[in-house]
Amino acid sequence: MSSILILEQILNGLQFGVMLFLMAAGLTLIFGVMGLINLAHGSLYMVGAFATAAVAGATGSFFLGLVAALAAAALAGAIIEIVVIRRLYKAPHLDQVLATFALILIFSEGTRWVFGSFPLFLDIPDAISGPVTLPGGIEYPLYRLTLIGIGLAVAAGLWLLIERTRLGVQIRAGENDREMIAALGVDISKLYTLVFALGAALAGLAGGLVGAIQSVQIGMGEPVLILAFVVIVIGGIGSVRGAFVGAILVGLTDTLGGVFLPELFKLFMENGAAQKSGAAVASMSVYVLMCLVLIWRPTGLFGVRA
Amino acid sequence: MKLDERVINGLMIVGLLALPLWAVVVDEPFTITLVTRAVILALAAVGLNIILGFGGMVSFGHAAFFGIGGYAMGILAYHAQTYTALDLGFASFGGTKTMPLIWLTAMVFSALVALLIGLLSLRTSGVYFIMITLAFGQMFFYFAISWSQYGGEDGLSIYIRNDFPGLNTLVPIQFFAICFTVLCVVLFLVARLRASPFGLALNAARQSTIRVETMGMDPMRLKLVAFVLSGAVTGLAGALFADLNRFVSPSMFSWQMSGELIVLIIIGGVGRLMGPVVGACVFVALEHFLGGLTDFWHIYLGVILLCIVLFARGGLLGLLTGKEGAHV
Amino acid sequence: MSDPILATQNLVKNFGALKATDDVSIDLLPGEIHAVIGPNGAGKSTLIQQICGSLKPDSGRVFLDGTDVSKQSTQARARAGLGRTFQISALAMEDTVLENAVLGVIGAQHAARQFWSNALRTPELTDRAMAALERVGLAEHSQTRCANLSHGERRQLEVGMALTLSPRAFIMDEPMAGLGAGGSKRLTGLLDGLRQEAPILLVEHDMDAVFALADRISVLVYGKIIATGASQEIRSSSAVREAYLGEEI
Repeated sequence: MSSILILEQILNGLQFGVMLFLMAAGLTLIFGVMGLINLAHGSLYMVGAFATAAVAGATGSFFLGLVAALAAAALAGAIIEIVVIRRLYKAPHLDQVLATFALILIFSEGTRWVFGSFPLFLDIPDAISGPVTLPGGIEYPLYRLTLIGIGLAVAAGLWLLIERTRLGVQIRAGENDREMIAALGVDISKLYTLVFALGAALAGLAGGLVGAIQSVQIGMGEPVLILAFVVIVIGGIGSVRGAFVGAILVGLTDTLGGVFLPELFKLFMENGAAQKSGAAVASMSVYVLMCLVLIWRPTGLFGVRA
Repeated sequence: MKLDERVINGLMIVGLLALPLWAVVVDEPFTITLVTRAVILALAAVGLNIILGFGGMVSFGHAAFFGIGGYAMGILAYHAQTYTALDLGFASFGGTKTMPLIWLTAMVFSALVALLIGLLSLRTSGVYFIMITLAFGQMFFYFAISWSQYGGEDGLSIYIRNDFPGLNTLVPIQFFAICFTVLCVVLFLVARLRASPFGLALNAARQSTIRVETMGMDPMRLKLVAFVLSGAVTGLAGALFADLNRFVSPSMFSWQMSGELIVLIIIGGVGRLMGPVVGACVFVALEHFLGGLTDFWHIYLGVILLCIVLFARGGLLGLLTGKEGAHV
Repeated sequence: MSDPILATQNLVKNFGALKATDDVSIDLLPGEIHAVIGPNGAGKSTLIQQICGSLKPDSGRVFLDGTDVSKQSTQARARAGLGRTFQISALAMEDTVLENAVLGVIGAQHAARQFWSNALRTPELTDRAMAALERVGLAEHSQTRCANLSHGERRQLEVGMALTLSPRAFIMDEPMAGLGAGGSKRLTGLLDGLRQEAPILLVEHDMDAVFALADRISVLVYGKIIATGASQEIRSSSAVREAYLGEEI
């Protein structure tokens, strides 16, 4: 087990983590500010990926593809917020789960109707497709490094937005007391639409970015959505900081677990069985982590709502 | 149009029996299979409704029990059909292809797992409860995928349907009769449970935790018992489902399955005795007819579901009886 | 002087720097109605929660019938005979009056472990429930859904449900809150007759009810009991008036 491999896996874990953060941040903001469980977030991720693939395929520019991802996801988000979501803010969680579950069905089948059942092609742009040599001599894909960079930049940008801008003040106030900010004259429905669209745009961006290294296909958003929920539960629903910490934890646990658990099992099992058992436990490891956190802190690490 | 709920319930039972009998007369075995599928899904949803409708617990991981029941059947039948032994290290069993034994195993394991999951999850509430139950479902899902001994991702085929003493289970109407009887027995037991002191207390716990505590009872314990019963029933349904399809796969553990179970209940009406049954029938009918019309019938399902959530919260039974059911 | 049915001993509860309960020791004697009054924010709710078991005090103890119940849960204290009514009604709103009353009897008789019998057709349960309902004057409304009851009727129901426990003591949190003149009068009459069955620790704002009912009054200000005594004394104490109302009038 070389240190190069370990470092590589740590970087992979970080890359996975920051992309999860893009999903989780939107989810946690939407729940924190509007009190809404949004299962359709995975669909917005998918919309972003498809938009990127379609536009990049048509124009040859990955960058334009990403812009399309942000726009398409934000637009889709705004539309469903106005048409469906805003009727759900005061509804019980069960209703929110069902209505957004219905949206998943509509989005998935709708996408399949437009684009067909086969995955779309989305390639890493040539300019950043090669490996890069990091200090210490290891080679790591430049694209993945770019993803880590983008993720951290978004995290910083979000922090600035929430801590330093007027919108951020409204968001933080809204998280604490919804009726109050309405009474103070803040246009609640505009704020909510904006927050929803922002979360959607982040999801779409993640979809577009990750689509280049995984496949762009129907249903790609749901596994990520579920992990994002695990992230915000670990981090504490409503806390963007918690979403970041949770995302990194989950990203590292999943990646490193997948690599090291089989090795660990090989210490006291024979190779074939160790590989299988290790892989099995690794895939469950994230959920085990979540359960452990919830047992210790029932509202997550940085939970703001009791 | 306001009908008495009991009249509707009676009509449902009669209808569920009449349709397959008619299908025997006109020799349409596929219809029997379709109704059987509805009956089994109804059973699974009846199980979930014990905690969702009566207890107010939104579990997004009930597929865990559905899958446990399915795999209980799959594993036992597999060892029987391959004449291999199920070796647990400390003991070794042959498999079995006898339904009652399989059902017992399915229910016992589901109940045990439900006890464990319940103990861990019921400490949380609201959205955390939804998420932690989802997570448990996922754990089983990924575990089943990696369990290559029993098919892993590809699932496990059981060549011949399992046996029931005195019946030929390969004949569709006979297998239907078994499933229908099981559903009726369970519905009867659930009806009694609902009207019992336990049921009354559970229903009160859904509405006000502090009230139940102030009356000297422990809401957590009530919910845990309900959770275990609920898991056992859904597990039984899972075993029957796997038997119907003669196939068990990790998809029985999927979160989509958990969502589907909730959808079944909502379509019919939350917290109503026959809500899950109505919902399952409507769902299977939609699946069949709409699915025949268009490949993209899920879009219509999604729209219907949205309309129900936004405009007809009480589900179909709520619309027909003019009364709201439970508030979850 | 008989032993108190209910007593607290040096209860303390702080929320950060805020002393919500500052060394409170009060007791409830058999057959009496002991009112606890005080301005808003005095810590009355916090005190009730600690007595009933929904909140853990930082220090101090609670005794019911001479037994230390400080470590017991809400449900255990309820079974031991602590009946409680709430300022904001805590009822199973979708259920009928009878169903709620039967709930109380189920709790009192440990009947929740019965899965088979029909609760509403079991005389052991319904007879006792109806008896409690008659006691509080709600027998004709037994089939009414709680959501359709008036505030006053909901209070009556809560008292009735507390009665099903065969309580040793009642703790009532502002039962007069939200009631009109007629409702207050009816409830006052009901509570007056109850004290013989079990004494009442009555937290209340409505001074008419307090002076009509209370044998003793304790005054809680900023978490501290500043005065305890017979109703008449407290009524005429200028120190109390000052603490309660601020400046001298």
